Amino acid sequence: MSESALPAAQAVPARLVGTLGAVALDVVAALGRFGAFLGDAVAHVFIPPFKVRRLVERIHFIGFRSLTIVLLTGAFTGMVLGLQVFLTLSRFGSEAFLGPAVALSLIRELGPVLCALIVTGRAGSALTAEIGIMRISEQIDALTVMALNPVRYLVVPPVVAGLLTFPLMTAIFDVVGIFGGYLVGVELLGMSTGTYFGEMQNFVDMTDIMTGFWKALSFGVIVTWVCTYKGFHCGHGAEGVARATTQAVVLSSVLILVWDYFLGSVLP
Amino acid sequence: MIRVEDLHRSFGGQRVLRGLTLEVAAGEIMVVIGRSGGGKSVLLKHLLGLLRPDSGRVLVHGTDITHLRGPALDRVRERYGVVFQGGALFDSMSVSDNVAFPLREKTPLRSREIAERVEEKLDQVGLAGMGHKNPAEISGGMRKRVAIARALVTEPEVVFFDEPTTGLDPILVNTIHHLILAMHRKFRFTAVMVSHEIPEIFGIADRVAMLHDGVIVEQGAPDAIQASANPTVQQFIRGDVEGALRPA
Repeated sequence: MSESALPAAQAVPARLVGTLGAVALDVVAALGRFGAFLGDAVAHVFIPPFKVRRLVERIHFIGFRSLTIVLLTGAFTGMVLGLQVFLTLSRFGSEAFLGPAVALSLIRELGPVLCALIVTGRAGSALTAEIGIMRISEQIDALTVMALNPVRYLVVPPVVAGLLTFPLMTAIFDVVGIFGGYLVGVELLGMSTGTYFGEMQNFVDMTDIMTGFWKALSFGVIVTWVCTYKGFHCGHGAEGVARATTQAVVLSSVLILVWDYFLGSVLP
Repeated sequence: MIRVEDLHRSFGGQRVLRGLTLEVAAGEIMVVIGRSGGGKSVLLKHLLGLLRPDSGRVLVHGTDITHLRGPALDRVRERYGVVFQGGALFDSMSVSDNVAFPLREKTPLRSREIAERVEEKLDQVGLAGMGHKNPAEISGGMRKRVAIARALVTEPEVVFFDEPTTGLDPILVNTIHHLILAMHRKFRFTAVMVSHEIPEIFGIADRVAMLHDGVIVEQGAPDAIQASANPTVQQFIRGDVEGALRPA
């Protein structure tokens, strides 16, 4: 029976169910495209020819050029942590644990998450805009009709660069943050250097470092995957690129936090 | 060489191509004319394998490319050169790197040979010594000529031109048309050009096809098209406001 033949009382619910079904199908199709895009990129990581020069350029762009902001935010995150944790611990007379508290917070959680969020804002958005502009100015079509796979040129290098640079930048963020905490705890608030670093050695082990490492590694894939996908599939004109860039940053940030919680639950 | 059979394509309920049939012979310059938004670029994207039709076929050298994917489609595209409407130059590369790009990626040529061929090609399009510039530093006409040099540097069998003179002044329009004609005489490629440069295209086309309402309504030699009794063709050629063609 067609919708027009339904009684008026049933037509609205039927339309609602139809709309919900269409939305659900769209979501499933979009997720499928999203997954297939990553699958295509991963496959091309192992299929020659390898674009080593493009990879080096992307490492420079995502990693090296993000270093200043990573150093700056890492230092101030460590300093804020040092100050707040010291004030909290001093209420219980446990200031000696400042070192491990700062180190564990940075290594397990704040280092990977904040570093990924910052790099998303700096490099991820630029990645989406760059690929989006290539899409609307037919540069991606030009690659395709030259019989050159655009995924190999535009997606694989940033994804591999993300895998390589995110753990390194996170490590730098952690170290700078720990020294930021040291500046506040030891130089400003009068703790001894031995207590700050000595307790850290007792409480931080390789499991904590590996937790942070796996998080940074997966965030590297998430950010570059989302940002290249959004650029690759952006809409028309400047508005399409602007919308894709916003979506890339928002989606990357949300996925970083959701994935962080998930990994935090399953990793030791 | 290229045969399009009964091509249908819709976008969100809007039927753009409605059973289009067209044949392009080897070595000829075929110019497709028609209203803006009439489906000329959509037709071109089907010929390039960038879009797939709802129904119908595109045959290149007898091979149906509408269902080809991956390496099989790439093998067909390796015989193509394409000049996009806006040039589609890679803005992160210099002019000479843009022209060299297909050679670097698709041929085993050494750097010196590539540099020589790029210099030769830039010279042929009147841009000798401009290789070091970035696409953003050169004029629209120069960008079109770089795009032509890049499309021809691999010496393709078929070259597609998507409105290669849009937005240029009349002198540059004729310069680009003469350049295409000179290159065609030299390399004897098959050319498919989408354009609305009336009457200039009649001076370079071997055949002209008029696309209207998703089908080819008239095709033939430039003289035949200009003398066509079809009122739609005559209205388009003369640019009359009154007639079957309404302002978009």
